[in-house]
Parts: sequence; C-alpha cells; structure tokens
Amino acid sequence: MNEEALYKKKFPVTGGDFDKAGEVSTQIKAILKTTGIDNDIIRKVAIASFEAEMNVVIHAEEGKIEFILTTSSVIINVADKGPGIKDIDLAMQEGYSTASDDMREMGFGAGMGLPNIKKSADDFEIKSKVGKGTWVRITIHHEQK
Amino acid sequence: MSRWGKRTLKLSRIKELLGCEELSSSHSGDTEIESVMPSDMMSDVLAFAQPEALLITGLVNSQSVRTADFADAILIVYVRGKKPSEQTIELAKELNISVMATGMGMFEACGILYEGGLKGIC
Repeated sequence: MNEEALYKKKFPVTGGDFDKAGEVSTQIKAILKTTGIDNDIIRKVAIASFEAEMNVVIHAEEGKIEFILTTSSVIINVADKGPGIKDIDLAMQEGYSTASDDMREMGFGAGMGLPNIKKSADDFEIKSKVGKGTWVRITIHHEQK
Repeated sequence: MSRWGKRTLKLSRIKELLGCEELSSSHSGDTEIESVMPSDMMSDVLAFAQPEALLITGLVNSQSVRTADFADAILIVYVRGKKPSEQTIELAKELNISVMATGMGMFEACGILYEGGLKGIC
C-alpha cells in the first residue's frame, strides 16, 4: 500500500473505559460522512472500527487507533498493549470469546468481534504476542462519488 | 406498506402497539420501519446490520446507542421497563436516533411487531 494518505489521524483508547468506549469510531464515522463516501461503505468502516475499539476497551490496558483515508481505501490500524491472543484461529471463530460475564452484561463478548471485523473488511491482518499486545489492520475499499 | 410493497410500520404505530414512552424524537412519527434487530448482544446486531432498522434491546448503556448508530438504525426500543440515563438519551439525540421505552418483555414486543408485519434481521 504505497498510496498517499489524504487524511490521517491517531486516537488514543483507554482500556476499561466503558463510558468513552465507541467515541473514536463515532468520530471516524463523522469524518467519513463529510467525504461523500457511500453510506454502505461508511457502515462497514464504523462497524469494524467499533468492534476493534471495543476489543481494546474490553481486553487491553491501552491502545491507539490510526485512521487513514487514501484515494481508494479507508485503513484502520489498531495497536494495543495488553494480554495478546494465544490462538488467533480460535479467536476468529464465531462465538468464541474470553470476555468476562461483566462484559457480557454490557452487551459484548458474544464472540463476534473479530469475525465482524473480518466480514466488514476487504483486507484484514492480525498479529499478536501473548503478554505484549495485538495489532490489527483493517482495509476497506471505497469509491469516491 | 413501503414503496417496494414490503410491510412497514410507522414509528407512531410502533409506539402505540408497544405502549411506549418516547424518550427522544429524532424522526417524525410517519417514518416507516421495515425490519427489527432484537438482541442484547451488540456484536450480533452489528453482524447483521441493515440500515433504517429498529434495534430492540434490554441493554441500556451508551454502547446500545453507539451500536444503533454504527448499524444506521433509526429507532431504539428498550424493553422490560428499562430506561437509559439522561446522558445516553442525549447521545441518541446527538446521533439522530429516536428512542422509546416499553414495559413489555422482548418476546412479547417482538411478537407484536412480527404480527404487525415487520421482519427480523438477527
């Protein structure tokens, strides 16, 4: 991906802060609404970004979400400092979750987070190191109107 | 009935059928809804999200509103007599989402909406 970024912004995310959880994705959606990109594409970006943001809030100590808009794609890079994922293949399975009952009471931990991100993305990369953290790159193509 | 011949219900009719209290009126009572996303698990909603739907849930935190926003829903109905905080209602207003609350349970509310012609998404 050597395309020049038209717009780039980094947002911090705090682990465990459920009051603010989702704010970054709301901001990303608001930025995209000003671009003329199709609503169906914006919905995919917002869903993928929100799921990734919630994963940081639920599982990690802290993280960063980088939003990049290029002429052809929206890229969401998420890097967190946290427990990491032992078995990525297992974590990608629908219904698998390590979230606590407390998280489930808050409406999360259905084991659909990573599958939802993959489903929304045109390209999805994930790397993780146990005890260090997780890195995710979501790419969604768009066509400017 | 929508312009494509699909069954729809107006927001005002949904309010009447479910005996709802209106907490935020971001859309007119004549706005039509065709499909319903009933769930307390937000990722299940996001997995099947379709625009302009109704989110029906017992989850009253701010993430229910954000989920509705990311799913491009236009109405949230909170069931089981639960009501979100003022702050959460304010967020819904900011994000242009209508909000109602009913004392009915999820099963009964969904049954009535199904009988009214709406279809479920998730």
